[in-house]
Amino acid sequence: MHESAQPLASTPHLAGYLEASAKRFPDRVAVIGPDGTALTYRELNDRAGRLAAFLVRHGVKPGERVGLLTPKSVDTITAIFGILKARAAYVPADWTAPPARIRSIFQDCQVRAVFMDGRCSKILAEAPADTQPETIVVFGSGIEEARAHGLVGAVDWSAALAETPDVDTAHSRSLDDLAYILYTSGSTGIPKGVMLSQRNATSFVDWCSSVFMPNEDDRFSSHAPFHFDLSVLDVYLSLKHGAALYLISDELGKSPKELSQFIAQNRLTVWYSTPSILSLLGEFGNLSRLDFSSLRLVLFAGEVFPVKHLRHLTTLWPHPEYFNLYGPTETNVCTFACIPLPVPADRTEPYPIGPACAHCVPLVLDEDGREVALGEEGLLYIAGPSVFLGYWNRPKENSAAFIGRGGRRWYCTGDVVREDPDQGFIYAGRRDRMVKRRGYRIELDDVQSGIYRHKGLREVAVIAVPDAASGVKIVAYLTPRDPGQKPSIIEMKSFCARELPGYMIPDVFVFVEALPRTSTDKLNFPAMRAAFLEGRAP
Amino acid sequence: MSDVKQKLHNFILTEFLPGESPGNLRDDTPLRTSGILDSLATLRLVSFVEEQFGIAVEAHEAGVENFDRIADIAAFVAAKQAAR
Repeated sequence: MHESAQPLASTPHLAGYLEASAKRFPDRVAVIGPDGTALTYRELNDRAGRLAAFLVRHGVKPGERVGLLTPKSVDTITAIFGILKARAAYVPADWTAPPARIRSIFQDCQVRAVFMDGRCSKILAEAPADTQPETIVVFGSGIEEARAHGLVGAVDWSAALAETPDVDTAHSRSLDDLAYILYTSGSTGIPKGVMLSQRNATSFVDWCSSVFMPNEDDRFSSHAPFHFDLSVLDVYLSLKHGAALYLISDELGKSPKELSQFIAQNRLTVWYSTPSILSLLGEFGNLSRLDFSSLRLVLFAGEVFPVKHLRHLTTLWPHPEYFNLYGPTETNVCTFACIPLPVPADRTEPYPIGPACAHCVPLVLDEDGREVALGEEGLLYIAGPSVFLGYWNRPKENSAAFIGRGGRRWYCTGDVVREDPDQGFIYAGRRDRMVKRRGYRIELDDVQSGIYRHKGLREVAVIAVPDAASGVKIVAYLTPRDPGQKPSIIEMKSFCARELPGYMIPDVFVFVEALPRTSTDKLNFPAMRAAFLEGRAP
Repeated sequence: MSDVKQKLHNFILTEFLPGESPGNLRDDTPLRTSGILDSLATLRLVSFVEEQFGIAVEAHEAGVENFDRIADIAAFVAAKQAAR
């Protein structure tokens, strides 16, 4: 089951998955929202067709970007498929992120239209008039709120859904169509947009079909938010196979007690999330008291799963199959490993990330671009149909992201690995200043520049250290502008909560007299890490 | 300071504000709305409260009404203990 030697059947388009399922399973439930609203495949496909017609009539052309600024709902799924049916690309923004970050994302890729929750009106209303999207569709009953904020051209969701679904783009679709742009932390503090095509997305989803073999009786979790690449597996694999997709709200997704009840009550069969939430489910979810016998697959990705937590979870949920999926947003999943159970009591080292997926070609090179011998550490490069098109409007980053070799285009993941002949790849860390935490990637320099905005500070240095409980701990070393006016740690936490997304806020703040520097006067990060781990001042 | 408040104070300082001067964390310092506690930290705090004070906290009780300030948490714990 875990090897797929056969070539993958090609499927032309993400919207095509839904259309095919709507033919095969018109009356089966496709998606269930956090509020319990359900849509059948026929309803979802019909509504998405109406939205596509709406977008095309409002001038949205193939390849143009359409933003999403909303919590998860069945309407959000409908909007995604409406956008894809119009051959446009969706750009999901984290609606809880700082408003300036959201505006910079929509401005960067020049969204032509936005689907928005009324509660987000202020965010768009405060953007300069010449950068506002031409068309704003407001979900639910939020239209009054949008108009009250001066978004006079906003269109009500029900009006958009009233269009006649007479636009059919099926004949003109191409695997090269831009499907979505996911924004990730950028090293300059400005998020950068990872452009994924229909080829990228469908090659991944088709690979998932061959390995996980879903069917219409499956019930998938949709835990990850749509701006996070884990959502690609949830949404498209589920809907491609006629399964039921259970959308989990941000709130429920963070509450292990209620979440475990949700999984049990809805008899979910496939779970996919970061290890963080699985650790919380193990720790706080009262798992031994509920019936999870329907659960057949537990997939996790986005960060290293601390073995202690994985062992605990697998003793409470011993029957599903567990898969560790690895890959950056730029390639989606490119290696995978089935975890053999039980997890030995004395194991402390994390599990391998495994061999490459059938649609990915791996290559391990040293810093000089030479292939390393088997078993030696090097940088992991990936080629194949799932490798992204490039970063939106970032020529410099794009020329640095890829190398040409043997007639292929290779993406450098920045991850250091070594290959074991039996277990596949073993993850050995990052080359640069990027870490993963709760599944999000964080450029430590991005955190640093956020904290620098505090007026009471002279210098800031941010490091990451391994942590047995959470996987990684972020530590900020600070020097005050005026030694007599040191901001309190409470003040620093509150400041960061206003300036940075939650997953980027440091766990520990340490005031020091001076930051350690190298002989060339650069911040000496290794010295800070060593000092922190030894529990002394740097 | 009551025993409950003192225990909460110590726990929050040690777990979530390492290095902070104890005097800066007051009984009325906002914890959730200020960003000192994120959702994960709140889970740990709720679990600490359940274990330390022998009460059960329902999900709807763990919001900002009861868990934003040490004073509120202590009052909540007292009410729960009295109702036992």
